[in-house]
Amino acid sequence: MTPSKTPDKQGRPVILDILGGDKDAFLDTVPHAKAIGMEIVEIGKASGVLKIPYSEKLIGNPQTGVVHGGVISSLLDTALGLAVICALDELVPIATLDLRIDYMKAATPGQTIYARAECTQMTKTIAFVRGTAYHDTIDDPIAMSVAAFMLKSSSVTTHKLPQQD
Amino acid sequence: MPVPGAAFMSTEKLQALIDNIPYANFLGFKAEYQEGSVVTRLAYSDHLIGNPFIPALHGGVIGAFLEMTAVIQLMAESEESEIPKTVDITIDYLRSARPVDTFARAIITKHGRRVANVRAEAWQDQVDKPVALLHGHFLLRPQDKS
Repeated sequence: MTPSKTPDKQGRPVILDILGGDKDAFLDTVPHAKAIGMEIVEIGKASGVLKIPYSEKLIGNPQTGVVHGGVISSLLDTALGLAVICALDELVPIATLDLRIDYMKAATPGQTIYARAECTQMTKTIAFVRGTAYHDTIDDPIAMSVAAFMLKSSSVTTHKLPQQD
Repeated sequence: MPVPGAAFMSTEKLQALIDNIPYANFLGFKAEYQEGSVVTRLAYSDHLIGNPFIPALHGGVIGAFLEMTAVIQLMAESEESEIPKTVDITIDYLRSARPVDTFARAIITKHGRRVANVRAEAWQDQVDKPVALLHGHFLLRPQDKS
């Protein structure tokens, strides 16, 4: 494995230039994220914050109204992928290798869930990311996750850049 | 795969349980018994796509599907009506999941008094070519944890 380095945290992510400065356009390329109501809060170099407002269709436990853990998985997976893309110096296809999620507490029914993710290390082929899901403060997490993504994944060679008008 | 002597819910009871979960319906989640074990199905739908350029299902959807499969297996075997709480899950993504129906099954590797260790795998056309694997811990009878 090639030596890893901490991604540069300064400056503007390349993806923002590709999207013509419109951060919200990123989720236009992720239909499922749109379908469950995800929105981008913030994009930084090697990091990103997403949110998902509470919605009845996301309920996993009808007795309590708590959203399903799978919603948190989708939110974190998307936030982690976003952080990887925001760490890249050139846009290449990425694929999740693995994802671990620890659930610390149930999400509160009715409240928006946020997820912040950060790319911590990168090699030529792999990116390592961490992310946290929370309501009001990141210090009171709903769930925490770590993941590894493959860069320039061969299974996604047909990947095209988002179209710009 | 069924544990000898384990109690199983009826297909009707199992499906009624799933129909009661809004997020399961939103995803298009179904469960049935095949040769004595629970096989779950995620019916393909456009809103499950994560990357339209490949195209591939969203990794989070596959994670959610495997987690649900693990939970349903636990409930089917224990005949508990209370939904177990997920403590942690790890998902390995082996192949990109194509825009077709996905299937999954779970094995309870250890059924403790308070925590169960579960493994699950998801596949599409070929059972021997899994698209993703899960292992996780689930808290049983979460109401008792105080």
